[in-house]
Amino acid sequence: MLMYSVKRLGLAVIIVSLAMLMLFSMIYLIPGDPAAVALGPRATEAMREALRIKMGLDQPVWVQFWNFFTNAWTGDLGNEVLSDRPVAEVVMEQLPYTLALIAGGISWSVALGIPLGCWAAVKRGSMPDRIVGILSVAVIAVPSFVVAIYALLIFAVTLRWLPAIGAGEPGDLGDQLVHLILPSLAVGLGWVGYIARMVRASMLEVLEAQHIRTARAFGLPENMITYRYALTIAILPTVTLLGVGIGQMLSSAVFAEIVFARPGVGKLVYDAILTRNYPLVTGAVLVTTVLFVLLNLIADLIVGALDPRVRSRF
Amino acid sequence: MTVLTIKDLNVTFSTEGGDLRALRDVSFEVPERRIVGIVGESGCGKSTLINAILGLLADNGRIDGGSILFEGQELTALSAPKMRDLRGQRISTVFQDPMGALNPVLSVGRQMQNIQYRSGLSRAEKDARSVDMLRLVRIPDPEHAWARYPHEFSGGMKQRIAIAMALMMEPALLIADEPTTALDATLEVATIELLQDLQQQIGCSVLFISHHLGVIAELCDDVVVMYAGEVVERGTTRQVFNTPRHPYSIRLLECDPARQAERTRNLPTIPGEIPDLRRRPQGCIFANRCDRKVAACDELPPDVAVGDGQVARCILAEAV
Ligand SMILES: Nc1ncnc2c1ncn2[C@@H]1O[C@H](COP(=O)(O)OP(=O)(O)OP(=O)(O)O)[C@@H](O)[C@H]1O
Ligand SMILES: [Mg+2]
Repeated sequence: MLMYSVKRLGLAVIIVSLAMLMLFSMIYLIPGDPAAVALGPRATEAMREALRIKMGLDQPVWVQFWNFFTNAWTGDLGNEVLSDRPVAEVVMEQLPYTLALIAGGISWSVALGIPLGCWAAVKRGSMPDRIVGILSVAVIAVPSFVVAIYALLIFAVTLRWLPAIGAGEPGDLGDQLVHLILPSLAVGLGWVGYIARMVRASMLEVLEAQHIRTARAFGLPENMITYRYALTIAILPTVTLLGVGIGQMLSSAVFAEIVFARPGVGKLVYDAILTRNYPLVTGAVLVTTVLFVLLNLIADLIVGALDPRVRSRF
Repeated sequence: MTVLTIKDLNVTFSTEGGDLRALRDVSFEVPERRIVGIVGESGCGKSTLINAILGLLADNGRIDGGSILFEGQELTALSAPKMRDLRGQRISTVFQDPMGALNPVLSVGRQMQNIQYRSGLSRAEKDARSVDMLRLVRIPDPEHAWARYPHEFSGGMKQRIAIAMALMMEPALLIADEPTTALDATLEVATIELLQDLQQQIGCSVLFISHHLGVIAELCDDVVVMYAGEVVERGTTRQVFNTPRHPYSIRLLECDPARQAERTRNLPTIPGEIPDLRRRPQGCIFANRCDRKVAACDELPPDVAVGDGQVARCILAEAV
């Protein structure tokens, strides 16, 4: 398991480095002068030149990349344009809100998707199976921002069961959780469908396996066979899928944060783009990339922990 | 005493092309402490027979007629929970594919613990028993093997672990569905010897399925020859191998590669094909391939007793 973790971590570092290279090339290739953009139309040529030197834009491209690369790895993402605060600090302030939102989305999708998929597989071909099938497709098809708006209208505006906007009182965990319910539902609802379908399909496959036949031939109780012998194997592809799906959830988080006026990295990027605060955009995107790679890594480690065959392959 | 008595068992699968009669009037016995072999080509219904005994027929299969008597209980009339109580306790099974027969994400010890869930033993007692069983099937270093996962063992070891699991509750009947087919020749011999040993120690009966005639001849006391879902001949191993009475058994023994005195380029094969089981002929099932066919073969032949316990489903059995 240690070897496996080390190798997987090495891979993660390489992926983040490549992401940095791509991000840098993108900024570099975007037409226009970052210094001019930062200073606005009324700046003089001398002011622009001074800022260019300060930002290192007069250096050769590979030096610029090296600086960007080493600074980023040490956590220095430059300063943002409006307040001149370090980008890393601004992003880190918002990160917990987004993490909470993603964790909420995953909780919804796992807590509903796995039991529903498992149930549908065990009752294959029955009415419950068909209902779960139809509902899964339905929630996958609805975009998350539509879910967000309807959830807001129904539960917050009409029924007034749950708060409509914000992230709750700082320090009041209960209040923050209540504020998390609707936005995380918007992020996770589609995934309930994905996971239900995925779990159903892999459950049906596992239930056909020879070792399940052996377990039945040993007279093991049906519950033990379903949950201990089959489901533990059937959820493995789902964990991997979730690891990859984090990217999609991060993009739904942007909508959820805007609709529910929640603080968070998504809202931050959105505002930064509107105000052309490019260093902030770059920094936030980079942090999001690292987050994605990290969560992906965690998903792989969970699979390794659950599946002894994966562990021993490394 | 007989442990298992099967009488006129019929099993039908409903398929898209109509009903498929996989077993027709199958009868035989497994006496106490004896090893009974079942031989037959692929598709003749060996696995269907086992599944019918275990109450694990596929959803589209049903028993329509006949009886399966096990230790005085009629299994065809037993409720599902009662049947489950028998499986793994009184009737155990070892399957063909040792690679896929064990759960890949549970340790061997955990799986052995679960099999004993009905025993009422404490966890420590169960684990001690598991280690004893692993030692009995000659798994090296059983205390540590206990904590390992199936993929860490070789195919032969996995099959021995499967045997250990099957014998753990000291069943009255062990069913082995081609347990050695997936193993190479030396492992096959070792596994057969192990099975023989353990059968002696535990004193159970064994129903041993194989299409390898050599293995059957060596291991089994009695033989049941199946063809296209019917028992065409049964008797002691000596009777069936030395004086086969059904034309199919005769041809089967002639075709066995191990019996070829000299290396020939063309092995003798039985001409013709197994009839479509969805359109089973009214008369003798082997008639279309038989070189001794007469007009009376268009009627369903009776089971003809040809001496001490030997039975063949052929009107010419006594004349052959
Ligand atoms: N679930 C099923 N539905 C329909 N037909 C089936 C089903 N299971 C088995 N059969 C048919 O029943 C017949 C007997 O199959 P079975 O698997 O018992 O043969 P077998 O003797 O075990 O063969 P093998 O040596 O290949 O394992 C075959 O014709 C097969 O196609
Ligand atoms: Mg079979």
